[in-house]
Amino acid sequence: MPRVVLKLGDDVSTDVIYPGRFMATVLPAETPQYAFSDMTEFNADLRAKQVPHGAVIAAGRNFGCGSSREQATSALKGHELTIVASGFARIFLQNSVNLGLRLVCAPGFEASVGDELDLEPSRVLNRSTGREFPVVPLPPARQAIVDAGGLIPYTRRLLAERKA
Amino acid sequence: MGMTVVEKILARASGRESVKAGDVLEPRVDLAMSHENAALVISQFHEILKGTGLPERPWDPSRIAIIFDHRVPAESSKTATNHKKVRQFVAANGITRFHDVRGDTGGICHQILPERGYVLPGQVIVGTDSHTTSHGALGAFAFGIGATEMASVWALGAALNVEVPATIRVEVKGRLPRHVGPKDLILHLIGRLTAQGANFRVIEFHGDTIRRMPTSGRLTLCNMAVEAGATSGIVPADDETMRYLSDEAGVTGLVEPVAPDDDAVYVDTIRVTASKLEPLVACPHTVDNVKPVSAVAGTLVDQVVIGSCTNGRLDDLATAAKIVKGKTVAPWTRMLVFPASGRIYAEALTKGYLAAFVNAGAVVMNAGCGPCLGVHEGALGDGEVALSTTNRNFQGRMGNPNSQVYLCSPAVAAASALAGAITDPRKGAR
Ligand code: SF4
Repeated sequence: MPRVVLKLGDDVSTDVIYPGRFMATVLPAETPQYAFSDMTEFNADLRAKQVPHGAVIAAGRNFGCGSSREQATSALKGHELTIVASGFARIFLQNSVNLGLRLVCAPGFEASVGDELDLEPSRVLNRSTGREFPVVPLPPARQAIVDAGGLIPYTRRLLAERKA
Repeated sequence: MGMTVVEKILARASGRESVKAGDVLEPRVDLAMSHENAALVISQFHEILKGTGLPERPWDPSRIAIIFDHRVPAESSKTATNHKKVRQFVAANGITRFHDVRGDTGGICHQILPERGYVLPGQVIVGTDSHTTSHGALGAFAFGIGATEMASVWALGAALNVEVPATIRVEVKGRLPRHVGPKDLILHLIGRLTAQGANFRVIEFHGDTIRRMPTSGRLTLCNMAVEAGATSGIVPADDETMRYLSDEAGVTGLVEPVAPDDDAVYVDTIRVTASKLEPLVACPHTVDNVKPVSAVAGTLVDQVVIGSCTNGRLDDLATAAKIVKGKTVAPWTRMLVFPASGRIYAEALTKGYLAAFVNAGAVVMNAGCGPCLGVHEGALGDGEVALSTTNRNFQGRMGNPNSQVYLCSPAVAAASALAGAITDPRKGAR
């Protein structure tokens, strides 16, 4: 069952998720080492593989605001984290859809580090507090990209259709 | 039902009679801009085409612009190698709208695009940079995307699954007081809207204050629209746009402005009285933490930065140079000036602005992003305070999570550099 490993507030920026000084590193295979690198303890846990795949970061509104840097998404995807937040900034949301980082939009979501969650398609249940939060589903156009396995396979499919 | 400017642009780019907020479209793209992160776009583009049997060529090289600005000249061998990889791709694909590390044609992407005439009213522009919103200043619909999405645009020539954003109408009336500029206006709006108040929306600017504002100021407004979460900002093209295009950007062809319908539908209307505005400062660590300069006046500053895609244009440098001319920057303060493009650098040199800065003790740097994103020159020490005309003050933005960044206009920055502390330019320094 997914567990909350980090709790953050509103307006978490891409500079916090992936500081600009590491932007010369671009390849998805290399970015995960710098995820949350200014939060030294959490970054150390990630690098030491102390954080299991599917672990949850709980956040407030406007998660991922700021830059379009895709490293912010690929760094979190590299650790297979799930972000459950009250809301997401547009470019970060789109980048996550494109790269397959799992985001759950649950307005009003509240949880503490250590809480266990049930992540269902239409609701998030915080088992530790007993509270549940309705999930805002992705719009169908974005869901189609997720279902295709990301934007790269989705674009390939369109190219093949055009050729045919 | 009437349409907003962005709705009209998207309808045209999607081959439809009309569209409304919420529709999902695949608009063709007129211009696809990247900076250093073209290195990542290239590798994702390669991934898309691998094994498809299709040639690895973008749909239309003449519609791609690549500008080196974030880390110029290269600050590390890693960056230099990325630059090299991009140069090779540019040469192999005949991309002509390429701006390398040069003192004449180089600069920040959000200045190069308008000043070279790459942006026209009514276009759809995507860029792998969140401040691509800037180009709405010329009446285009311009928004930021990620590198993988750009690779998809390179392959298809269209942006996929674009949801038509709802539009917020902003009406600004009256004259801006002395020492109050476009930066104060947009900080005021961000303070009112909050950092996410315009998420998934477009801000359309109207009113006599906007009509009188030069394109440089409109670029400042649209540049920072994203700091309220907006997909883009847009100023419907008018006489000033036409003047800028023909006189400054060298555009000779026919230009068709796009205006909103009288009965266009807006989600919200925000009214601002320009004459009531005052110099403002965005305090650490969020851009919407906006206060009157008087509330933080006297705060000592270690570094003052004037420049960036927000406020590194000739008008901005003129304002700052006028204030510092014949005076001296406080001994405990470092003042860094970085013009937004090589062309602006040269003009500021001719007009004597750069001499005014240097003689006051400022360091004038090459055109580019400079200290704005904390990877290049001008990093901050632990506990230091910076006052900057840039657009973001997130924790760690200038390269050090243990520092503080305040954002302001060129007038506030220049007056504060002289005093060595945050200063209201209306009161003057010393
Ligand atoms: S000046 Fe700053 S905000 Fe503008 S493009 Fe460069 S890094 Fe981004």
